[in-house]
Amino acid sequence: MAEPVTSRTVSLEVNGEQLEYDVPTRRLLVHFLRDDLGLTGTHIGCDTGNCGACTVHVNGEAVKSCMLLAVQADGTKVSTVEGLAADGELTALQQAFNEHHALQCGYCTPGMLMSATALLARNPHPTEEDVRYALQGNICRCTGYVNIVDAVVATGGKG
Amino acid sequence: MMTTVTEQGRTLEKGFVGQSIPRKEDKRLVQGQGTFFDDVRRHGMGYVHFVRSPYAHAKIVSIDVSKALELEGVYGTITGDEVAIHTDPFFEMSVEPGGNIKDYALAVGRVRHMGEPVAAVCAATRELARDAAELIEVEYDELAVLVDAQEALKDEVVLHDDAGSNVVWSGVFDWGDVDAALAEADHVVKIDKLHFHRFSSTPLECAGALVEYDKGTGEWTLTCNHQMPGVGAIWMAPALRTGIDKLRFVTHDIGGGFGNKICLHPQYVVLCLMARKLGRPVQWTEWRTDQHTANAHGNERWFLDVEVGVMKDGTMTGFKVKALDDCGAFPRYEPLGCIIWAQVTPGMYGWRNIRVDFTQVCTNKSPVSPNRGYSRMQHLWLTERIIDIVAGELGLDPVEIRKKNYVKTEQMPYETPNGCVYDSGDYSAALDIALELIDAGSIEERRKDAAARGKLLGLGIGSTLDSGTNNFGQSTLLNPELQFSGNNEAASVKLDIFGEVVVTLGTVPQGQGHETTAAQVVADILGCSPDQVNVRRGHDTWFNSHAGFSGTYASQFAFTGLGAVKGAAELVRDEMIQLAAAVLQAPPEAIELSEGFARIKDGPPEAALPFMALGAIINANNAFLPPEFNPTLNHRYVCRPYFGMVDTEKKTGQLTLTYATQIHAAVVEIDPDTGEVDVVDYAAVDDCGVRINPQIVEGQVHGATAHALGAALHEDFVYDEDGTLLTANFYDYHVPHAMDMPPLKTGAMESPSPVAPLGAKGMGEGGGGGIHCICSAIQDALRPAGGAIVYDSCNPAHRVWSMLRNPESTRANVSVTSK
Repeated sequence: MAEPVTSRTVSLEVNGEQLEYDVPTRRLLVHFLRDDLGLTGTHIGCDTGNCGACTVHVNGEAVKSCMLLAVQADGTKVSTVEGLAADGELTALQQAFNEHHALQCGYCTPGMLMSATALLARNPHPTEEDVRYALQGNICRCTGYVNIVDAVVATGGKG
Repeated sequence: MMTTVTEQGRTLEKGFVGQSIPRKEDKRLVQGQGTFFDDVRRHGMGYVHFVRSPYAHAKIVSIDVSKALELEGVYGTITGDEVAIHTDPFFEMSVEPGGNIKDYALAVGRVRHMGEPVAAVCAATRELARDAAELIEVEYDELAVLVDAQEALKDEVVLHDDAGSNVVWSGVFDWGDVDAALAEADHVVKIDKLHFHRFSSTPLECAGALVEYDKGTGEWTLTCNHQMPGVGAIWMAPALRTGIDKLRFVTHDIGGGFGNKICLHPQYVVLCLMARKLGRPVQWTEWRTDQHTANAHGNERWFLDVEVGVMKDGTMTGFKVKALDDCGAFPRYEPLGCIIWAQVTPGMYGWRNIRVDFTQVCTNKSPVSPNRGYSRMQHLWLTERIIDIVAGELGLDPVEIRKKNYVKTEQMPYETPNGCVYDSGDYSAALDIALELIDAGSIEERRKDAAARGKLLGLGIGSTLDSGTNNFGQSTLLNPELQFSGNNEAASVKLDIFGEVVVTLGTVPQGQGHETTAAQVVADILGCSPDQVNVRRGHDTWFNSHAGFSGTYASQFAFTGLGAVKGAAELVRDEMIQLAAAVLQAPPEAIELSEGFARIKDGPPEAALPFMALGAIINANNAFLPPEFNPTLNHRYVCRPYFGMVDTEKKTGQLTLTYATQIHAAVVEIDPDTGEVDVVDYAAVDDCGVRINPQIVEGQVHGATAHALGAALHEDFVYDEDGTLLTANFYDYHVPHAMDMPPLKTGAMESPSPVAPLGAKGMGEGGGGGIHCICSAIQDALRPAGGAIVYDSCNPAHRVWSMLRNPESTRANVSVTSK
């Protein structure tokens, strides 16, 4: 019987940079981003896919990177929180998070920003209900969501 | 969002303090540039995984690590036997019997709760460490399990043979004359049983640390997320048989704490041993399931045989209760929970006669630790339950009975029966704001409207105190031998060569915005912008700006943390003025600091020195200064509040210093077919004295409310009879999501504290107002449907449904005897 394949080469674009990497086949995308690429802005808050702290974009869609293996991201375009203000200029949403005090410990923030950025891309002027619905996969234990929702709605209002 | 603010005067001139300036921390955090402990890497570091007990209670027959060690990439293991050889048990706070408990960093010979660590393994990758953990063979011999505190009292099964009993501590607190008060009362209301359930704030970042050992110096560096390193080190150093100077705690950003990161010393000691044994840095990140199963639950408490004396006019004269606290398998910090509730003994009420017979027991459940609202929240829930049950049974108006019995603003500062001093506040005014925010005037109309839709509508009130800056002297009520008293916190402020204002804190923030609020205080004192003030992130023992009780806990940053910042900044300010006076040849009183300059007041524009000049003179260009003039522009200040001594006989004393008020009010609708509770209107009014940064204060109110709503409606650590936790992850333990949260209205008052350095009271814990308030609202809604008594602090749909189906079973717990 052939030896099982325990690592594979993946080729993907991360925050606009094309990469080729040998990864263990069982490595989660979130661990690949954090441990191999050093993109530690993407966080881990649970082990069951509930909390959303690890949310990134894969081909423009918000996904939980703890629910994908790194090898499943082969051939995709991945963007993380580090890619939002790539030129050093905060996005309108990032600024709104600051102005509205939408973060306290900041641990859920990258995931919130990625989910909300995806929402604003498909629905530039979301209502409060739209925002709450879009963020229901992201847990925050500090803010009660009040100011997070305000910040996203305000960003859409500005659009 | 509606915010109503009533100001009652300020103790500071308005500057940056009092403004909602956006937080300094946010720029890095919104870009994913924060540094959390799990982000830190070291060359050659190993990953640690704990092997945990699947049983709630069992003897460990044997542990075999040989197969794990054979796996390539595994660096080493540690078992309980090694821990017993290389460390001493952690010190116990309680007197006997709890004081005899032996608590080691890993289970030694026996496991006492599901998830208890029995061995640790370290390997080259996270995945390998997990693989290796599965290869460690542990043989167990199951023992009978205790999950019920009242069963534990029987001592038929005993968890800790060294203690010989499941009782950790017991004591009677007796103030005034409760027997006379009950005898004289027109009505005595009896409540047989109330239960405050187990939950925790479950910070989104789990616990962990990266630990490095320096063989040459014998020092450990812990890059970690411990939120109370001062006390952590007091636990760890003796256990490791080393000095406290050998433990360096470093924190960067921390992903929430809420008290749940205070009892991390067992795991950290294992990491210290592993780092020393292997001669390499080791890292452990707790898994979510492990956090829920075996880190830190909030404490669970039964209130039994409650008797309350009430006069005809609704005046409440006193109460007595037996409190039974379930601390899980090991008491650790928790014996203090036997005392800390006494900071709020009468709640917000004028009761003068109170007796609490308090007992704490061990059971085969997760150990507990402080959790937002720690120990006072449970007791305040009791006082609020008493008020609503008494009001319901005697036909009194819940608003009027509260107002009649609240401590009045004109009585402030008010000394409670046990010698605590409520510093300021106007509880009735705060209640009025809350009721107005939820439009309580229209409640009967809304009740009818809901009834027409087949729903039961109710209004609830939760009046609560957030007591802050505790006096560790209260520990002597637990154990007179303990050598703790008072409190302290440190900070340092310096002016560097190029005019940089640098602040280091002893506190360990986890999202409370200390960098911002400290900068606001310093900017006002030194006369510059908060942007010019660099408040160093996190805590580092090597900053040397900490004190014995350093940490972020017990609602005290506004007092001790900012008090220390203020003290250090004032010392630097005074020297800057003296220096500028010497250079500009003017009297010190003619110098003012503003906009980053030291100037001669009303002087010519050129008579001004930028901060850079002052910093450069002292640090790099000082030959011309006369020898007797030696400013350093670098000062450490310790804020040490005065408490006086605690009377261990009478159990009285100043147990804490400030009392922030929170009044919550809610309107709920219940579906009688399902028991689902829908919160349709909600308001929280906070009075924490001077608000350094109102936006941050409001954020804390939102967060504490969310925790309380989650706890009141669904968060519950449920165990089966075998001691298996049934809610060990975010699937089964449902915390509020964005869709679950009702619209929150907030109101604020400012009754400055006369005792706090800035007039500001700690307020982050919130006192569990939402739990009290939702229980109150549910009971009000159930009145026309059998009048069930809400007896548990957690009321998910199934419990409400049961109360609707069988209200009599809850009503049987309550009786009234009238003259």
